Amino acid sequence: MEQYRLELKHVSKSFGEVKALEDINFQLGRNEIVGLLGDNGAGKSTLIKIITGYHQPTSGEIFFNGQKVDHLTVPKARQLGVETVYQERALAELQTLWRNIFLGREITSKLGFLDIQQMRDETHRLMSQSMGFTSHAVVPDSRVGKYSGGEKQGVAIVRALFFNADIVILDEPTMGLSLKETAKLVNFVKGIKQAGKSAIFIDHNILHVYNVADRVVVIDRGKVAGEFMPKNIGLTELMDKMVRVAETGSLN
Amino acid sequence: MNSQTNATAPEITQHYRVPFSLRRFFRTNSTQLGILGVFLALWLIFIIAAPKTFLSKQIYFAFMSSIPFFAIMAIPLTTIVIAKEMDLSFPSTMGMGMVAFYYAYVGTAFIPNPTIRVFLAIVASLLTGALIGWLNGFIIVKFGLPSMVVTIGTQFLWRGADLVLTQGGNFSLEYIKQTIFYPLLVGKIGGYFPMQMVWLIVATIVGWVLMNRHKFGAHIYLIGDNANSAELMGINTGRTRIQAFMLVGLVAAFAGLLYSFYVAYFWPTVGDGYMLSTLASVFLGGTSVFGGVGTVLGTFLGAFIIGSIEAATVAVGLTGFWTQFIYGMIIVISVIMHTYLRKRAD
Repeated sequence: MEQYRLELKHVSKSFGEVKALEDINFQLGRNEIVGLLGDNGAGKSTLIKIITGYHQPTSGEIFFNGQKVDHLTVPKARQLGVETVYQERALAELQTLWRNIFLGREITSKLGFLDIQQMRDETHRLMSQSMGFTSHAVVPDSRVGKYSGGEKQGVAIVRALFFNADIVILDEPTMGLSLKETAKLVNFVKGIKQAGKSAIFIDHNILHVYNVADRVVVIDRGKVAGEFMPKNIGLTELMDKMVRVAETGSLN
Repeated sequence: MNSQTNATAPEITQHYRVPFSLRRFFRTNSTQLGILGVFLALWLIFIIAAPKTFLSKQIYFAFMSSIPFFAIMAIPLTTIVIAKEMDLSFPSTMGMGMVAFYYAYVGTAFIPNPTIRVFLAIVASLLTGALIGWLNGFIIVKFGLPSMVVTIGTQFLWRGADLVLTQGGNFSLEYIKQTIFYPLLVGKIGGYFPMQMVWLIVATIVGWVLMNRHKFGAHIYLIGDNANSAELMGINTGRTRIQAFMLVGLVAAFAGLLYSFYVAYFWPTVGDGYMLSTLASVFLGGTSVFGGVGTVLGTFLGAFIIGSIEAATVAVGLTGFWTQFIYGMIIVISVIMHTYLRKRAD
């Protein structure tokens, strides 16, 4: 039997009285890109935050590479190879670029002292070589708050990639991006697949997801409403179904 | 955008360096240079207005003797404010630290050696301070309460506990003078240079290293800037904030020791007058109340400005009534200057 990179079994999450997720079963295969669709408040972000260890599920099990993982935390999920480009980008805008790239996992000595030169070196290399940023504004010591939306997104993406992710999660990555930047991003997601990694791609825009994903999972009101293979379903049909599910709660 | 999903970093042969430029130096250090400018300008004014006082050594030794008592607390308080928190309980932490000192000394009467007793009492005092800080942090983090409100509460709570435990009494600490700790904490090097100034310099250096060269400081800046981002990226924001509060508690207890040793007397009201001068030092030094911005060196200079105004007012020939007015003016002008400089730096 093929082993999934990531599997959720019967995962539920409640915030007090509110049931954000109910009995979610979700799989992410090796070298697969799964698109996650759903209306606002359907539970996409909660699902993501469970996978990244930010929220703990109320009930249910999480498996990484077939191994059950209890008490998933953000550092633990990272060790397991999960990297996230958050909707809110998770940047500290008053701080310099290199501090943002290494946010939460600074290169330090055993006693916790920072190796600043190495972090600046790596940042410079990543931004200029991997991302092709040539702007004078985007240097290791500049403040992230001054960057454009696309540049900020670039920082969040570089950060996810630098740390050798097996699973890259992109939460609404096209939000606030220009057309050109969006095209770049779609290419980049395709690149994740070529590199043999897996990704979960969340977006409002069905078109972006449809073009990139191997499989589309539709979430509605905290439940998995259905799954589609883009190669088996037309874009218009998928859109019709999405509207129907939002209105009636049923795909057909 | 490159489609390579990274992986192993190639060996870096050339370090990323930017050639030194004076303009960038001014931009990146504008906050500290701003307060340095205010500091030097005021100094010049003092010297011109009262040359007899400000060209003699005595006044500077007097400053170095009295300013460290509150300046040393302003250092960890800077950390708290950068993390977008507030601690208003440090004055009564000074008191509670001394209560612990006093009772630890009295309670160890069976030990004949006074040096050992004073040593144990110092340890008890520092532990009490750290514990009070931990409790502040714990309440704030666990119940998600605003730190300003919690520490207003604990400020009253611990001063109250202090007064109840001492029954408002005050005690002579003459006995410390026969131990090594008296010259170590508040002695005078060569008969001039006060030891409390040495401790302030040590605290400032340790504070600078922690904030600029250590993970702790990096996390403090990130939490103050955007706590949600820090949390998402796996920083334990609760633990880091609790550590910062413990640091304030620890140093406040130490400041209580310094002051009480200096006067060789334990007043249960110790620290009462230090609230505003300590806070003013932090904000005067360019630390932003909105979090994520601030420097330890700025606070150090801020404390000396605050600490010298009173003496300067009198030396210049104004009555003591002017002191608070001038305080206020300098604080307001400096805070406006910091905001302006910060906007320009961006």
